[in-house]
Amino acid sequence: MKDYTQNFVELIRRAATDLPVDMEGSLRKARDKEEEGSAAESAFDTLIKNVEMAREKSTPICQDTGTPIFEVTIPVGVSMRELTDYIRQACAIATERAYLRPNAVDPLTGKNSGDNTGEDYPTIHFYEGDDEAIKVELLLKGGGCENVSAQYKLPDSKLGAGRDLDGVRRVVLDSVYQAQGKGCAPGVLGVAIGGDRGSSYVKAKQQLLRPLADKNENAELAELEDRIMDEANQLGIGPMGFGGETTVLGVKVGTQHRLPACYFVSIAYMCWANRRAQMEINLNTQEVSYA
Amino acid sequence: MHKLNTPISDEAIRALKAGDPVLLSGTVVTGRDAAHKFLVENYIKSDSIPAAEADLYETLKGLLDGGVIYHCGPVVSKIGEDQWKFVAAGPTTSIREEVYQADVIEHFNLKGVIGKGGMAGRTLKACQDQPAVYLHAVGGAATLIAQSVVEVANVYKLEFGVPEAMWVIHVEDLPLIVTMDSHGNSIHDTVEAQSKEKLAALLG
Ligand code: SF4
Repeated sequence: MKDYTQNFVELIRRAATDLPVDMEGSLRKARDKEEEGSAAESAFDTLIKNVEMAREKSTPICQDTGTPIFEVTIPVGVSMRELTDYIRQACAIATERAYLRPNAVDPLTGKNSGDNTGEDYPTIHFYEGDDEAIKVELLLKGGGCENVSAQYKLPDSKLGAGRDLDGVRRVVLDSVYQAQGKGCAPGVLGVAIGGDRGSSYVKAKQQLLRPLADKNENAELAELEDRIMDEANQLGIGPMGFGGETTVLGVKVGTQHRLPACYFVSIAYMCWANRRAQMEINLNTQEVSYA
Repeated sequence: MHKLNTPISDEAIRALKAGDPVLLSGTVVTGRDAAHKFLVENYIKSDSIPAAEADLYETLKGLLDGGVIYHCGPVVSKIGEDQWKFVAAGPTTSIREEVYQADVIEHFNLKGVIGKGGMAGRTLKACQDQPAVYLHAVGGAATLIAQSVVEVANVYKLEFGVPEAMWVIHVEDLPLIVTMDSHGNSIHDTVEAQSKEKLAALLG
């Protein structure tokens, strides 16, 4: 296989220094909904200006460039080990070029590895697909919003949440209330229903890769997504918790089979800086495209 | 839009209400955990000022009188002998300084504290008394904020490490929101209370 390290560096650069078109568009729309001269309007103005500036100067949108999470789909026979090497090297190079802040800290010694590689760092998941192409999705998941992410075990009597979709709605709204502005609202909510504690959070994070306009194939879940979005915005927390019309920019729900004894709901809270980017390597033509 | 210039007058502070966006220009001193602890232990709670820190005391008194402290751990690049540039300068969480902040505001006649997440009752009270305000920077807007830092004029206590040192910076039109004013209002408290009520209604 060809060495794709530089392509991965470019993928990281794109993710760290620019927002996806739909995210930026939704920030602009949210801005126009706020009252003139309000704190919320001013916060959106600052965010939008910051994004424009970062793109122009090719510097990180936010100083916290997050955990890089790579979701990689490969055809039969492509080496995961080689690709892992390219990705890790790319993380180190991207750190050197200041697209990424050194973010990988040893929990025992407190020492920062300095190059965004470490034990199980970055996160890489592989899947096998049908096409003769390597497809990569990258999410840069910030720490502030990671801290306000939450997992609930249903039933939850305090919130009156049973093991059904209304129960899910209740705990998700509670998580938005608990987060207030601390996860750099307005956020995008990746929600997973079912699974075990570990798989549930992974699934929740994967939901964050869906475009904002992506409609859930399951009609019941599509309705739930719309309803939670509407009600979360009624909480009035607003950007940074300044109060305002927009508290969440998107809600995406996925499901997994669960154990009879367990009913988990995980909410991966992603800040306004929902930095995701894609790359496709066509193995027949060697062409690499980004989105 | 309110424009604030340091040193800030009491009248300018009293005119601000929680929720007002402002653009700040002038001199700002960064300080987080180590700096606040240092100020309180050496200058505020000590019986006599340690001789070695006396010069710095006079300098800081000048900088902070009518001035502003910023809870910020910057990413700094050295561009020459004693010359620096802020690469990223986003706010850090303020509540950790709650134990020190009121004393620092009173002792040095601070007019503003910049950070994120807001602060609690003692600081709010000090804002009323002094008067002073809490100014919320926009979380994540690192590039824009770094751009507003037009000059890094000086640094004190670099031995605390780059993020913890006291950096004296000149800012121009730094965009901030007043979230705690000098009239006892805190947006953080009102938004929390209102969203709590709304949540209860939605959960029926
Ligand atoms: S939560 Fe997001 S926007 Fe806020 S500091 Fe972290 S990465 Fe940046």
